[in-house]
Amino acid sequence: MAVSKIFGAAVKRREDPRLITGRATYTDDVKLPNLAYVAFVRSPHAHARITRIDVSRAQSAPGVVAVVTGQDLVGKVNGIPTAWLIPNSDLKTPTHPAIAVDTVRYVGDAVAAVVAESRAAASDATELVDVEYDPLPVVVDQEKATQPGAPQLHPDVPNNVAFRWTAKGGDVDAAFRAAEVTIKQRLINQRLIPNAIETRNTVAQYNPGTGDLTVTITSQNPHIHRFLLSVILGLPEHRIRVVAPEVGGGFGSKIHCYPEEAVASFLAIQLDRPIKWTEDRRENYLATIHGRDHITDLELAAKRDGTILGIRGRTYANLGAYLSTAAPGIPTILHGLMMTGPYQIAAQDYEVVGVFTNTTPVDAYRGAGRPEATYAVERLVDLLAAEIKLDPVEIRRKNFIPKSAFPHTVASGLVYDSGDYDAALDKALQMVNYQQFRSEQAAARQKGRYLGIGFSTYVEICGLGPSAVAGAVGFQGGLWDNANVRIHPSGKATVFTGTSPHGQGEETTFAQIVAEELGLPLDDIEVVHGDTARIAMGWGTYGSRSTAVGGSAMVLAARKVKEKARIIAAHLLEASPEDIEFVNGRFQVKGVPERSKSIQDIALMANLAWNMPKGIEPGLEESSFFDPSNFVYPFGTHVAIVEIDPGTGVVKLVRYVAVDDCGIVINPKIVDGQVHGGVAQGVAQALWEAAVYDANGQLLTGSLMDYAIPTAEVLPSIETARTETPSPVNPLGLKGVGETGTIASTPAVVNAVVDALAPLGVRHVDMPLTPEKIWRLLPKA
Amino acid sequence: MSHVSITVNGKTYQNDVEPRLLLVHYVRDVLGLTGTHIGCDTSQCGACTVLIDGESVKACTVFAVQANGTSIKTIEGLATNGQLHPVQEGFWEEHGLQCGFCTPGMILSVVQLLERNPDPSEAEIRHAIEGNLCRCTGYHNIVKAVQYAAKKLQSGAVPSAAR
Repeated sequence: MAVSKIFGAAVKRREDPRLITGRATYTDDVKLPNLAYVAFVRSPHAHARITRIDVSRAQSAPGVVAVVTGQDLVGKVNGIPTAWLIPNSDLKTPTHPAIAVDTVRYVGDAVAAVVAESRAAASDATELVDVEYDPLPVVVDQEKATQPGAPQLHPDVPNNVAFRWTAKGGDVDAAFRAAEVTIKQRLINQRLIPNAIETRNTVAQYNPGTGDLTVTITSQNPHIHRFLLSVILGLPEHRIRVVAPEVGGGFGSKIHCYPEEAVASFLAIQLDRPIKWTEDRRENYLATIHGRDHITDLELAAKRDGTILGIRGRTYANLGAYLSTAAPGIPTILHGLMMTGPYQIAAQDYEVVGVFTNTTPVDAYRGAGRPEATYAVERLVDLLAAEIKLDPVEIRRKNFIPKSAFPHTVASGLVYDSGDYDAALDKALQMVNYQQFRSEQAAARQKGRYLGIGFSTYVEICGLGPSAVAGAVGFQGGLWDNANVRIHPSGKATVFTGTSPHGQGEETTFAQIVAEELGLPLDDIEVVHGDTARIAMGWGTYGSRSTAVGGSAMVLAARKVKEKARIIAAHLLEASPEDIEFVNGRFQVKGVPERSKSIQDIALMANLAWNMPKGIEPGLEESSFFDPSNFVYPFGTHVAIVEIDPGTGVVKLVRYVAVDDCGIVINPKIVDGQVHGGVAQGVAQALWEAAVYDANGQLLTGSLMDYAIPTAEVLPSIETARTETPSPVNPLGLKGVGETGTIASTPAVVNAVVDALAPLGVRHVDMPLTPEKIWRLLPKA
Repeated sequence: MSHVSITVNGKTYQNDVEPRLLLVHYVRDVLGLTGTHIGCDTSQCGACTVLIDGESVKACTVFAVQANGTSIKTIEGLATNGQLHPVQEGFWEEHGLQCGFCTPGMILSVVQLLERNPDPSEAEIRHAIEGNLCRCTGYHNIVKAVQYAAKKLQSGAVPSAAR
């Protein structure tokens, strides 16, 4: 391999020039001739029968083109499907009409769509659609929803239970029989709202002459959108093109195929006009998926010395009113299988009950199931440490899966790929100067100050994933990915990825991979993504998979190109391919640098094909369809240091240290950025964010005024460091880093606050740790 | 309809607009300058921040008619003759953006900050940009980007051309 400084270097992002000059094109920037605009009438009730809809006033309003109701879509637009049918769980999949037909099930459920000549006219006319509702009883709490007599959302789903799923391994009963100490805790992992700063938008255009539907969507996975839209609309998949242009953040919320995308597409066909839908922020709070929302009862069995023997418990996972695209898989496969964390815990028995309630559907939000698992495990481990008066660092060390034990099969059956948990912990302890901090803390406590330190030693499952496993766990798709490397006659390259980055910087990192492999200048490589017409196939960007899976496909495609180029070079240099070495972007006869051809020379000759070796086809272009043999398991140690204001209960994050191991790093600048952003979101769950419904199912936190996403002022700078343990499951040793910050940080902060309050006898506080909540725990003067 | 005459990025536009038209919609929809973004409907996010007569303003809080006679700068007008403004350069150098959606507004807020306070402390930077929400970066590298730009502006160096 050529010596190169590109792979592993903190290369500046090639995405940035268009973004910092305002020249990027996001979905809402797309304008087409004769464009009409759709706006949705949404239910103000969380649960009601629709008794009458009168659209006549809206229809005759100025500028209005058409008004459709759910009834108008019956037989024309199929229900919104769920695409993760988890097995052995008695999963119920009630129909989810794109627009409600006779019953609304959450505030924000669409009841009509208005198309007009301008967005303002469409919006104005939504107020003229007269809908009469007969309100029904409402349930928003998932545990209460399963109880006898609770309001029923779907006629075919008794007790609102969508599924009951269990992850079991080892002998839990024996573990609890052998326990010298048990820890039991109820944990509320509150509902969150993703809040990508760009809302969801769609522009749909239909050409009746060709039968082609082009849909521009704020999507994390255009091929999945195309597939699902074909199912919903009954259109052939090859007649649909989905484009994800610049996408302004997703965090999971733009994975899913939503009703509005299907309705806009349907209207574009029906009305023979391009249709645009622009979600406003208020709608985003109601109609875009939420995340988390678990009620968990968890129990740990341990010996007095801190050895953990088993874990058991149950989670009620709130799924909202309907099953969103990936909803059933999030609290099960991506959560319940990770309940032993980085520890050698031989037995687990964990049930997850998925429940329908009169709330916005819940699905993947950054981390998606893994933050909830990490939070639960890391809180319980701290509670155990407190109970047996062991240092939280020591209890972790005692139970870590040792470096020598990888690959390691955990109680749930997953096989962790590689790890060195002690190394990351050691580095973090050094960075925070742990022993010194404890002395400072003791001194501060003497003065009545509340200083705390919290640890989160996490491991997560990502790089989704082997397709055979996806199938076995009911995911209705593959999880391989595709790359194509095409070298043009002039030696410039266009490479294509089936992943769909939207802020993660893979245009840069994938160019680094190809530049490293082929010796091409970085600027000679164009990375194309986000368009089903340009990219053969791919499964998109989520689950920290793009680099581990898509990047692996990219390097394999580049290596195929290199092999073909070597054969052509050998032919042109009149040598045998075995005698050709690749040095600094040139193919040369071993030991004879003057007999060489550059990759650009070969590209020209391959494309001209005047003099090809026998049996070698013209052109220099190769594809790879990479299906990993396993998931990857990034890990690390995060440490939060907090101080609590004794007068106000405000938690101040004094320091935050993140030591992550995401395998081999391609671009440290980008990796650090992913950690910073992830940590901000995880810290925000610990301290500020919560989606709150009242008993009537009204979302009380329905705007940025009421829902507290962090500003620059409340966050500290984040200290990052890394260890590098390659993954054995892909050719570059990559893991993933898109979600680690969010997965790790929440329990670190909560553990720190509980540590600060420990002298007051506080053992647990549910999130978010708002000043009021903390103030009530403090002694009053 | 009301008549407005507004200078945007040095060019004066004459338009008849609805009195209820927000400045941000005027800039995006009437002028086609889509670098200015809309992230909320309650003036919280700051994605629509522009400079009106040199002062950073959330363009969703102003009607187009209120901007009549003013001179506005949007993100498209910040670089001069292909030279990035030092603040733009700082965001690129320090990886101060990921998805880029909040970035134009964030950059214009920072331009104003550095005009008022050429050498801000970290706390002052964080305070100055608290009206601009970013969901990607955790603000860490945005702070570094501002520090980079401050240094660059103070050194009086001509911003280097884009690499």
